[in-house]
Amino acid sequence: MKIVIKNGRVIDPSQGIDGVCDLVIEDGKIKEVKSEKSKGKSQGHENSRGTKEIDASGKLVFPGLVDLHVHLREPGYEYKETIRTGTAAAVKGGITSVCCMPNTNPVNDNSSVTEFILKKAASEGACRVFPIGAITKGQKGEELAEMSIMHEAGCIAFSDDGRPVVDSLMMRRAMEYSRILKVPLISHCEDLALSAGGVMHEGLLSVTLGLKGIPSQAEEVMVARDIALAELTGGRLHIAHVSTGGSVALIRSAKKRGIADITAETCPHYFSITEEAVGNYDANAKVNPPLRSRKDVEAIKRGLSDGTIDVIATDHAPHHRDEKLGEFDFAPSGISGLETSLGLSMRLVDEGVLTYSGLVEKMALRPSGIIGIDRGTLRPGAEADVVVVDCAGECKVDAGEFLSKGKNTPFDGWTLSAKAVLTISLGRIHEWE
Amino acid sequence: MGLKSKDLVGIKALDAADIEQILDTAAGFKDVLGRDIKKVPALRGKTTVNLFYEPSTRTRTSFELAAKRLSTDVINFSVSTSSVVKGESLRDTALTIQALGADFIVVRHSCSGVAHFLADNLASSVLNAGDGTNEHPTQALLDLFTIREKKGVIRGLEVAIVGDILHSRVAKSNIYALKKMGAGVRLIGPPTLVPDVLKDLDVEIYSDMEKGLKDADIVMMLRIQVERQGKGFFPTTVEYFRNWGLTPERLARAKKSALVMHPGPMNRGVEIASDVADGMRSVILDQVTNGLAVRMAVLYLLAGVKE
Repeated sequence: MKIVIKNGRVIDPSQGIDGVCDLVIEDGKIKEVKSEKSKGKSQGHENSRGTKEIDASGKLVFPGLVDLHVHLREPGYEYKETIRTGTAAAVKGGITSVCCMPNTNPVNDNSSVTEFILKKAASEGACRVFPIGAITKGQKGEELAEMSIMHEAGCIAFSDDGRPVVDSLMMRRAMEYSRILKVPLISHCEDLALSAGGVMHEGLLSVTLGLKGIPSQAEEVMVARDIALAELTGGRLHIAHVSTGGSVALIRSAKKRGIADITAETCPHYFSITEEAVGNYDANAKVNPPLRSRKDVEAIKRGLSDGTIDVIATDHAPHHRDEKLGEFDFAPSGISGLETSLGLSMRLVDEGVLTYSGLVEKMALRPSGIIGIDRGTLRPGAEADVVVVDCAGECKVDAGEFLSKGKNTPFDGWTLSAKAVLTISLGRIHEWE
Repeated sequence: MGLKSKDLVGIKALDAADIEQILDTAAGFKDVLGRDIKKVPALRGKTTVNLFYEPSTRTRTSFELAAKRLSTDVINFSVSTSSVVKGESLRDTALTIQALGADFIVVRHSCSGVAHFLADNLASSVLNAGDGTNEHPTQALLDLFTIREKKGVIRGLEVAIVGDILHSRVAKSNIYALKKMGAGVRLIGPPTLVPDVLKDLDVEIYSDMEKGLKDADIVMMLRIQVERQGKGFFPTTVEYFRNWGLTPERLARAKKSALVMHPGPMNRGVEIASDVADGMRSVILDQVTNGLAVRMAVLYLLAGVKE
């Protein structure tokens, strides 16, 4: 089957394209991007039988987005999310590839769990799923998991995510060992002793709310350690969900010195809102690392703009409604982010932090490069992962309408100026009003 | 007249006029408590539930007696015998109590924000009897009442609060209340327990107690939780007392007319010397007596909001 997406403004940094073009898809692959000039030549092919035409006038056409940091919760926590609901939510958010974190039950620390996830994704998933394996067995930080067997089974990166590897020697070994696979170790940087018991950013607000604070330094201490270990080992380090200005500075300086192979991501909530969102104990604003100060938000934006931060990922962390309803201290951390990520990130373009191409780089091209998949591009021959974005109207975030089971978002009721109106994923066209 | 909210979750949400009104109303009830017959029928037919998730003797007793003096029925919801141990959620417990017809729910909980949460989720009036390390508004109100009673005014006084400010809901509520009423506030204690960021609330911070107490009008001591010893907040209670215990010699740094306050229960020899606790300037037992009048005033005023 042939699909032609006509007259949209196509943004594809992998080919340096930013202009009104027709995107031609054939048999699930990108066929070509036809600019105004070349259009005349190939006319006559169009409107032939079996061709679906989609009018994208006034809209943006991006390669499908690639999300490096997602919690799909299956197996084990299906009451929070499943591979079916999580991937449906992704597609609605314009995301066509998700990398899922290993903190399931059982933990994805062996190839059978990896295989289960991929099998489930193949039968129920609305988009491609790329599992991230655990660095250590049971995420316990004690023994290396069978990284190369899991890599063979389909893991594209390794991380102990929310339970960072405390033991520096173990982290050193993991970084050294991972070199045989040329895959990144994704580090959730948190000094667990320094953050112990904390539930929000440490500052005046945490003191006056009577909530235990997590200082920025709990993240920065570990960012510094992991950069040092990456320098020592030559391993590939990807720093997850950067939330503080201090972390941005550490990463910037390490990149400038060229001492190590480092990439970094942040999430929409770290450049969209501050600790103030906790308000009067709104557990939907409880997330780890916590929402930081206004200064940190500005530093994150500068980091995105100058290339210090390579990637925007969601850290989609769905939870059941009941878990977020009650004592703030007891609520689990996390924000359901798949369906607001694009809209929130597009604000960076409105604010002049990123160009459209820059945005697509952070949300599709770079993440693909980091995990070594041939996606995030509209190059001829690539998988036809495409998203059409409407940025002309206004749309209200309504958590009740999320396809994700997790309705936990501090952005409920926000008005955003952009959203995905059509996503092509796994050969299927998904359209919304 | 009347308070603006159906709940008393914290001093943060009150303004000076609200505080003034509560203190004035409490003065009337203090007269009542001095009479031979101490009970008034003001809230007859209403129900007060004490929902205490944390052990408390004095605050619970004070609320219970205040509610009874106003002729409300009082139920003490004891956590140990409740379904909480079966894993019932906070919200379900609170909704159950509300369904029983509670007009006032007095709540104490070890988690900050619980009073806010219940106030948002219930139609009943919620009175915060202490939530985590957030606020303990009636304690601050009774402290202000005591200060005003003894000193005539609050504005312009220099109040030194000494001890574990970081973990003290009493200190937090007092800081907000005293600032709103125009007093100067100094916080004294080890840097581990007195966060620098509090300077942003326009208070002075001292780790040197002698300096901090100089010419103070009020010395408000806080209970030191012995469990904090050995957790890195301070080495031992002996060293704590050496540096921040209120002794007669240290008290001499404050004004001659200075009052000594303590929310109780006291650790004699840890944060306060017995000579001071039992001394002429101590108003610690007045605080307890005034607590009754202040809690009556709050219940009475909140009932007015709901009507």
